Amino acid sequence: MNNKNASARFFANNSQLLVPLIAILLLVIFNLFRDPGFFSVGVATNNNGDPVLQGNLIAILNGASELVILSMGMTLVTAASGGQDISVGALAAIAGSVFVKVLKSGGAVSPMLVIGAFVMCCLVAMAFGAFNGMLVATFRIQPMIATLILFTCGRSIAYWINGGATPTVSSPIISAIGSFIPGIPVPTPILIVILMAILFGLLFRFTTLNLYIQTVGINQSAARLNGIHSAGIKLLSFILLGACCAVAGMIGVSRLGLINHETLLINIEMDAILAVAIGGNSLGGGKFRMLGSVLGAYAIQALTITLYAMKVPSTDIKAYKAIVIILLVVMGSPVVKEALGRFWKKLRGPRPAGAGKEAA
Amino acid sequence: MEDDIILTMRGICKSFPGVKALNQVDFTLRRGKIHALMGENGAGKSTLIKVLTGVYPMDAGEIRIDGVEDAIVIRSPQEAQSYGISTVYQEITLCPNLTVAENMYIGRDPGRTVNWKEREKRALELLESLGIPARPRQQLGSCSLAVQQMVAIARAVDTECKVLILDEPTSSLDDKEVAMLFRLMRELRDRGVGILFVTHFLEQVYEVSDQITVLRNGELVGEYEVDKLPQVELVAKMIGKDLENLSVIRRASSPDAQRQQPLYEAEELSSTESRPFDFHIAKGEVNGFTGLLGSGRSESVRAIFGADPVTGGRVKMDGKKVKIGKPLDAMKNGIGYLPEDRKRDGIIADLSVRDNILLALQVISGMNHPISRARAEAFADEYVKALDIKTASLETPIKSLSGGNQQKVILARWLLTHPRYLILDEPTRGIDVGTKTEIQRLVLKLAEEGMSITFISSEIEEMLRTCSRLIVMRDRNIVGELTGEELTQERVMSTIAGGGN
Repeated sequence: MNNKNASARFFANNSQLLVPLIAILLLVIFNLFRDPGFFSVGVATNNNGDPVLQGNLIAILNGASELVILSMGMTLVTAASGGQDISVGALAAIAGSVFVKVLKSGGAVSPMLVIGAFVMCCLVAMAFGAFNGMLVATFRIQPMIATLILFTCGRSIAYWINGGATPTVSSPIISAIGSFIPGIPVPTPILIVILMAILFGLLFRFTTLNLYIQTVGINQSAARLNGIHSAGIKLLSFILLGACCAVAGMIGVSRLGLINHETLLINIEMDAILAVAIGGNSLGGGKFRMLGSVLGAYAIQALTITLYAMKVPSTDIKAYKAIVIILLVVMGSPVVKEALGRFWKKLRGPRPAGAGKEAA
Repeated sequence: MEDDIILTMRGICKSFPGVKALNQVDFTLRRGKIHALMGENGAGKSTLIKVLTGVYPMDAGEIRIDGVEDAIVIRSPQEAQSYGISTVYQEITLCPNLTVAENMYIGRDPGRTVNWKEREKRALELLESLGIPARPRQQLGSCSLAVQQMVAIARAVDTECKVLILDEPTSSLDDKEVAMLFRLMRELRDRGVGILFVTHFLEQVYEVSDQITVLRNGELVGEYEVDKLPQVELVAKMIGKDLENLSVIRRASSPDAQRQQPLYEAEELSSTESRPFDFHIAKGEVNGFTGLLGSGRSESVRAIFGADPVTGGRVKMDGKKVKIGKPLDAMKNGIGYLPEDRKRDGIIADLSVRDNILLALQVISGMNHPISRARAEAFADEYVKALDIKTASLETPIKSLSGGNQQKVILARWLLTHPRYLILDEPTRGIDVGTKTEIQRLVLKLAEEGMSITFISSEIEEMLRTCSRLIVMRDRNIVGELTGEELTQERVMSTIAGGGN
């Protein structure tokens, strides 16, 4: 009995993760059916003679890194403000431009310079995040409208930072960030994602941010009467998202070894919002599970890679993606959830009180 | 079926995960009768109404309505309406930005186009015939709450209405408005409508109802004629144990309290919502603000807590000057505040009972000092037991608790911070008699232990039982202060009304 209760509670606590998990599972099964070797991970040697991991699974985990990081921050903004930030792609482009600008300013690329460049781009992105947050928290502008400003002008700002050029940076340190650190076979972006997850984990463990964000998102009036500074919490969530944009921008730049302000992480804001939604988080704010968004982001990337592997022309990919997304979103909708709940109840057995009457 | 029965419900069962909300409940409603549905919080009143109006499907049982041969199945509020069952909820569910006539007929005009003239004519006729003081073209939001409530009723009865359900229609009305509402209810009763009336105010049941059905813990206790059931017995049936006489609760009034150094003192305190006033409270004192709705009593205590931005005044605690400009300042000075509107200002609906209990203490501890999971569990568990909060588990979202239990969670939230001064604004509104008594007892016990408490209630009886000093407000000003022998119902009434002295 106790055991059953515990499992029921576990199920109830984690039911929100069901949709992204099922999505990933279906994609895995589909791919295995199509090509049994789809997920085999191999070890190859790269140009530098180091052993590196290879395969579709690695490609999915690696390729999703920026999206996963952005969807972490997007989860917080969504939960606290009940709205979404649509400027994350543009902000990542600004951050990437600042990163390159600093790297280009100091002659040879040294580790210290890279750290300085990252700190600089992080500060700039957090300042822009604070700007968004201020519009939302202080001036109470709807998040989507507030961030529309940076969405519109962000890539122009990125363009100005490097004087309109798309400079390249070639350095072993940068390629180590974008692909592999010599001697470590796991792509660095995956490691950065793990690091970010640990950082957020520590943040939730050693502060009350999680509780405050949910409280503000659910009932702002009650939050205030319990001494929580609602505007401050919203601002903080946007600043944290800004930091996520900086990390994502740095990874994006390091992959290519150049900054292209027009194409860097283009259209990623919509995928980030989608990841939050697929992860079972309400876009209206309130309760959230960051793990859900992360799984959602991986599901989106798995879908993209699957379509590439099926040789779907890149112009058609978005249409196919849309079909799958419709399925996912409908699957996670309250109507379907309720219907599944009823179905589940029926499966568990006839109702004691109604049974007698039906027999008669 | 007897001739004048319009609705029967037999053997109604409804379960939610972990709770049997209704178990084999019967209910009968007769034509031209006002039938009160009584019970403590969690007794199953709301669930029964929601089953009847098609909000919840029932697990078992049957519903029959006059004029339909077979048992009916109600799957939605629209379907309930088609059988002539209309509901007016506690919270007004109309649109304040539309006119009275629009609210009455929106979505129900015959044909595709709106005949404004015809609509207003019909609205005017109905309003006049029911004696509702509203004009069809008036914006609903500009009417008083009572009139809005009555417009909602007019909307409900305009369609072929056999059964009218009123779910706590009086909880936010003052006495005059209640009287107005009752006139309307009697008018409808005389027209042959069967009215199902849910309320927590015992006096109102006796004033307006013909019959009473009592539920307890999801089961039927019985159906009674009002004139054959004395009030004390009704309470006993609702609580299910012999009620220790309510009047046993008496403040052990300590006259010394007045002479002590005040714990909290305010001079010329004002906020954006309240006029400047002076106030003080001693250690272990229970005092109260009283006055009609809108007299400024809530606004005053909100100013003390800093709930509305404070605009002026000097505040001292223990004789030392302190600055209380926002809730956090008050909390750090050991002041707690249970707000009047539980839903809007109190509960964090989607969060667990545990998080809701911990919230205030957590905020006081600071953002960088999260309370460990184990300690949180222990604290929450302690208060769930101490206040007898009925919840499936600590992880249950607070929104699935009954109103009285939600209120106890909010109370637990503040008690956990061990406040020196606790402000309770209508802690007993909309909750059952049993919990009311519990809360009154608790207030007196806490005061004996040295906590200062300011208590606000719409029920003067309740304030007289608990407070040793009453501050009377009228039109946003303090107009009197009553202590000792002056604390009688008549004296309070006359001070509120003014011109008494």
